[in-house]
Amino acid sequence: MLKVKSVRAGYGAIRALKGVSFHVNEGEIVTLIGANGAGKSTLLNTISGLVRSTAGEILLRDKPIHKMTPAQIVRQGISQSPEGRQVFASLSVRDNLILGAYPRMRSSTRAEIAQDLEHVEQLFPILKERDRQSAGTLSGGEQQMLAIGRSLMAKPRILLLDEPTMGLAPIITAEILKTVRRLRDEEGVTIVLIEQNARAALSIADRGYVLETGRVSLEGKVEELLENSEVKRAYLGKGYKEVWE
Amino acid sequence: MISPPRFFKASMTITEQILQYVLSGLVMGSSYALIALGFTIIYNGTNIINFAQGEFVVIGSLLMVTMTEVYELPMPLAFIIAVAGTALVAFALQRLAIHPLRNSNAMTLIIVTIGASIVLRGISMFIWGKDAYAMRHFSGEEPIEIFGATILPQSFWVFGITIAAVVLLQLFYRKTLMGKAMLATAVNKTAARLMGINVENVLLISFVVSGALGATAGIIIAPLNLAKYDAGVMLGLKGFCACILGGLGSSGGAIIGGILLGIIEALGAGLISSSYRDAIAFVILLLVLFVRPQGLAPLKEMMMGQEKQ
Ligand SMILES: Nc1ncnc2c1ncn2[C@@H]1O[C@H](COP(=O)(O)OP(=O)(O)OP(=O)(O)O)[C@@H](O)[C@H]1O
Ligand SMILES: [Mg+2]
Repeated sequence: MLKVKSVRAGYGAIRALKGVSFHVNEGEIVTLIGANGAGKSTLLNTISGLVRSTAGEILLRDKPIHKMTPAQIVRQGISQSPEGRQVFASLSVRDNLILGAYPRMRSSTRAEIAQDLEHVEQLFPILKERDRQSAGTLSGGEQQMLAIGRSLMAKPRILLLDEPTMGLAPIITAEILKTVRRLRDEEGVTIVLIEQNARAALSIADRGYVLETGRVSLEGKVEELLENSEVKRAYLGKGYKEVWE
Repeated sequence: MISPPRFFKASMTITEQILQYVLSGLVMGSSYALIALGFTIIYNGTNIINFAQGEFVVIGSLLMVTMTEVYELPMPLAFIIAVAGTALVAFALQRLAIHPLRNSNAMTLIIVTIGASIVLRGISMFIWGKDAYAMRHFSGEEPIEIFGATILPQSFWVFGITIAAVVLLQLFYRKTLMGKAMLATAVNKTAARLMGINVENVLLISFVVSGALGATAGIIIAPLNLAKYDAGVMLGLKGFCACILGGLGSSGGAIIGGILLGIIEALGAGLISSSYRDAIAFVILLLVLFVRPQGLAPLKEMMMGQEKQ
């Protein structure tokens, strides 16, 4: 469904992606794991059009999208919940959600948008309770739910989630990951998930890629990655014991 | 230089005098508030201080003078043309000077706006010359007495139009999708881009709205002051002081800062000496920058307990 082919991108002299290839099939949950600074966020932002690729191509259903603007890309059905939530702090929860539907304001009726709003508020009931409150006053977990809800308002076929559990308590983390799984299982949304918590990510994903300094170093089904000694050592925190024994 | 109306009867008590100063302060303050709002809107959208803001004020008032005195158009029509004409100037400024340099840093762009203000002032001088123009009042010129102080009917126009402009602006921001998209862009540009908001358009609209506000500020006080090609320097700086006083980036702060500045200035000029009128604004500016650079706006949030983010 989404194919990234030898994409290079960076910031001025900094080369953050040095030829990354990966793909996502329809209805899959694919996770990207890697150390800080490996280029995971850059990859998602390149797909979303915030960062321009300098080489390679990105295809959505065989159609190139890497020359499109962020607005065009989100209208193609790829929306992102960015790293660090990035909610519109001084706007109300409701307005944040409404703005999520901005890309389809012309193509959808008010009734359709109202229906989706209701759907998102069903998915995250706390957002309905807090709908008049300004987004900046929500707790971290609530802001994360808002960020995901906002990206869902665009009615994406592919949802890009950048560290949706960053800094959250284990119970909220579990709840959010359960919702991610549900989005795929019940609504068929294809998902690309970046996670620091590799174990949690691998527990809900189908396939995974490991990124190291701008390159894919490993890829495979989650079962394979979970068994891989390199992954175990570097990302699952296992193995030290075995080494020292 | 510009001075608000003062009508003293020979025997005013000190309270009456103070009331008189506060009233004239409110009039100038309303205009400062609108100018400051113009600064705020552009600052929130682009992080730049638009030093051509004062030029919008002057162009608005000069266009109004031309429309009413030369073409003898009815007031409401002249008003609309003067506001629209200034908005068009702001549009052109953004497209021709700011947009092509959008990837430069804020300091470069601020210098560009200073350059633009000099160019606009030159063009105004070329069109309107160096004369100062008087303008008709919107309705009667007979002062009205309240509690021993006097007030011109024009002052009510100033208050009414200022309030209307602020309310319209709020409705635009709170109720329309475009307005919300503009607020969103001011809060978080990256996220706004991810929502498919065309940030470049938003920045353009910020300039247009800000031009319209500046023009409105100039038009409503034109009958009380004279309209002159170079009045924008001082008016722009006063509006900027109001922004700093209220807290740069806060629209509530801009309004309060403008009104406060107007009142303090009128009181200072009246009670101390009118030769200090313009100096007062700068003393306030420096004081705020030394003592409380964040301005007054964060006070409100502290009181309302909304410190998060
Ligand atoms: N806006 C930017 N300007 C300059 N360099 C940047 C920018 N954003 C990221 N980089 C650099 O690009 C590289 C990849 O960063 P990126 O944010 O994609 O990493 P990441 O894998 O998402 O890391 P993390 O797990 O910490 O979020 C890093 O070296 C980073 O310093
Ligand atoms: Mg990242």
